[in-house]
Amino acid sequence: MLYFSKWKALAIVVCSAIICLMVVPSLLSPTAFEKLPSFMQRKIVLGLDLQGGSYIVLEVQQNDVRQARLTQLRDDSRRLLRDAKIGFSNVAIQGDAVIVRLRDGNDGNAALAKLRELAQPIGGVMAGGGQLDTDVSLSGDTIRVAPSSAGLQARTIQAVSQSIEIIRKRIDQLGTTEPSIQRQGSDRIQVQVPGLQDPSRLKALLGQTAQLTFRLVDTSVNPQQALQGRPPAGTQVLTSQDNPPQPYVIEDRVLVAGEDLTDAQPSFDPQTREPVVTFRFNTNGARRFAEATQQNVGKPFAIILDNHVISAPVIREPILGGSGQISGNFTVQQANDLAILLRAGALPVPLQVVEERTVGPGLGADSIRSGIVASIVGALAVALFMIATYGLFGVIAVLAVAVNVGMIFGILAMLGATLTLPGIAGVVLTVGIAVDSNVLIYERIREEARAGRSAISAIDAGFSRALATILDSNITTFIAAAVLFYIGSGPVRGFAITFGIGILTTVFTAFTLTRLMAAVWVRWKRPQRVPI
Amino acid sequence: MRLLRIVPDDTKFDFMRFRRISFPISALLSIVALVAFLTVGLNFGIDFKGGTLLEVRYPNNTLDIGDVRSKLETLGLGEVQIQEVGSDGEVLIRVAQQPGGESAQQVVAGKVRAALGDAVEYRRVEVVGPRVSQELLSYGIVGLIAAVFCILVYLWFRFEWQFALGASIANFHDIVLTIGFMAIFQIDFDLTSVAALLTILGYSLNDTIVIYDRIREMLRRYKKMPIDELLNQSINSTLSRSVITHVTVTLALLSLVLFGGRAIHSFSVTMMFGVVLVGTYTSIFIASPLLIYLGVNTRTMAEKDAEAKAAKAEGKPAEGKPARP
Repeated sequence: MLYFSKWKALAIVVCSAIICLMVVPSLLSPTAFEKLPSFMQRKIVLGLDLQGGSYIVLEVQQNDVRQARLTQLRDDSRRLLRDAKIGFSNVAIQGDAVIVRLRDGNDGNAALAKLRELAQPIGGVMAGGGQLDTDVSLSGDTIRVAPSSAGLQARTIQAVSQSIEIIRKRIDQLGTTEPSIQRQGSDRIQVQVPGLQDPSRLKALLGQTAQLTFRLVDTSVNPQQALQGRPPAGTQVLTSQDNPPQPYVIEDRVLVAGEDLTDAQPSFDPQTREPVVTFRFNTNGARRFAEATQQNVGKPFAIILDNHVISAPVIREPILGGSGQISGNFTVQQANDLAILLRAGALPVPLQVVEERTVGPGLGADSIRSGIVASIVGALAVALFMIATYGLFGVIAVLAVAVNVGMIFGILAMLGATLTLPGIAGVVLTVGIAVDSNVLIYERIREEARAGRSAISAIDAGFSRALATILDSNITTFIAAAVLFYIGSGPVRGFAITFGIGILTTVFTAFTLTRLMAAVWVRWKRPQRVPI
Repeated sequence: MRLLRIVPDDTKFDFMRFRRISFPISALLSIVALVAFLTVGLNFGIDFKGGTLLEVRYPNNTLDIGDVRSKLETLGLGEVQIQEVGSDGEVLIRVAQQPGGESAQQVVAGKVRAALGDAVEYRRVEVVGPRVSQELLSYGIVGLIAAVFCILVYLWFRFEWQFALGASIANFHDIVLTIGFMAIFQIDFDLTSVAALLTILGYSLNDTIVIYDRIREMLRRYKKMPIDELLNQSINSTLSRSVITHVTVTLALLSLVLFGGRAIHSFSVTMMFGVVLVGTYTSIFIASPLLIYLGVNTRTMAEKDAEAKAAKAEGKPAEGKPARP
């Protein structure tokens, strides 16, 4: 147990040193860090609880995905039947399906075949799974078109991926440092923005779908009456965001939508000096907008954002240039944010904030300070006690634990893991527990010596017997840490990481470094008596 | 230099006799803990209950709790808890979950901010919606059960079933007592508390296993020794280690309790109770004597070794012997 070949000893020392040195890049200034070769650019990330910032979890509601899909299916069904010249009396969303009522029951099979085109295999044609995203069934003269649950699930996952892209674009416009945007499970998105103190603007930016449409206003009916009764077919009543809200009767048909914008910028109206957003259409959008305005001079059209009328100006002359401006009594920040939203594009479905945690910089700094103080005090107390109890062997234990802690931070840096305040607690706790492996060894050595063994043989036996126990006891603790890692999130996961790594490094140092140091001492001193 | 020696060599305490006291005491304490859990209940934090939490600091002694309270009461947010913490003008504001689903939770923090103004420092704002809190709670419960189960399976492989069962009962006892402690002292029960419970579990097992390991070794060596005496010797010979490790862990935890800051205070205090007060007691006074009732005796090991020998004859490695590198 006490014999190490030169190479083995060297390997242990070099290995420990390299792992410890991994922490160095984390200690450098950002400019020095940039200069390192890329394989060394790995460092410990401070959790939001230490550096301050906002953590927000957004959720895609399956119900919204269903509604969006149903609207799409309704419009597509109408189009398909119209193109195939199959007469229908009504196509409407009822509950969780689109119900198509045919005018002539004899068209049933033809219509069914046509509408079956709506069903696509999940995951695209290439996936070849055979499972369809839409169920289409016929009974009498009605056809039921319903998204399947597997189809909705696939669409939810897709909506999350698309939303992540758009969120990234929106947040990048805010100019914050290193935001992190990640998928969480199948229907959630986790956004972390370090340094952000008031997430209300962020939430406002992420909480809007930003679906922009230009549509005509139906002036044939009085909006107040339409609000009481039923609006004419093919229109709906939408309100402005004024106080009190102003109702407008808006046609369902979309002239141009936000997808056709190529640019949007905040600026000021040259005449009124009011903040506005200027925009530019792509060629397709410009053509369609020109056509629409040519045909409807003198009529009002509405600019609609997420089902709210922003403004409803009257078309004075055809707008042919492909650009325009949106005015709506904005503040400068509102104009700015709207421009950001329009540039980044619309979210496929609305997102719902389900969790939000913000830590101010003051609390973060306090947490770092208390973490450091607790670590130093804890480590010093344990070190002093160990040296008082075991003398020279105590010093060996303290050295081993110091290397141990260095290795924990080295591995954290290597993994690019996040250090949280509970994570620091995990390190402190590891210090308390890591010495246990030394205690086990030393107590065993003492016992073996008392049983009458010579010093060297007692030390040897002490190590070999204690190591089995160390392995057993640490594996169980490691299981607990692993479970914690799987169930935990945020700070708790930070604790599980440092605690788990701490257990691994504890076992490693007990088996190698502590033993090596004891072996070197034995060879050097050739002790006759166990010094503990 | 004279070294510190807390436990003298060759102690001969009769730990097994204490089981006539320790078992009833533990049974009583467990009942008290269960009753506290069922009547007083745990003080669930917003992780599990949902709602909004704000930590606000009023600089330069401008804190006026009455003023804060009256400002918040006009908001009509239902149950609002306002608690002064520390001496630095800091208040914790807890607003219960609002009726009306996820979006209803989101406006609370904004309203409180608007009511208290910008002259104060918002140190921490947390909003947990009903769905997330439900999930976190079920994850926590599932995690605890999964951990106990995994450990049980590991112990069963590594030791005999009696040891696995003994360790599990002892650990269950630890968790029950700690949860009772948290209920009685109304310590915030949140995600970090689950972390604390799992760590207590791991640590307490660690302690139990060190003693079990020794018991197993003694069972192999002294085939004729009565089980009471064998258990006593095992505990006595590991006593010095138990005490010293106990001290080092206490020192580490104590510095966390004293200097670790409020964010992990409930975590540290819970650990202190579970690890320092309960864990070690359990290993010595509950886990070890339990083995007597579970029918562990020298034959247990002899049978196992015979099996191992048979296995070895077939070319498989024997269990229980430390591998020599």
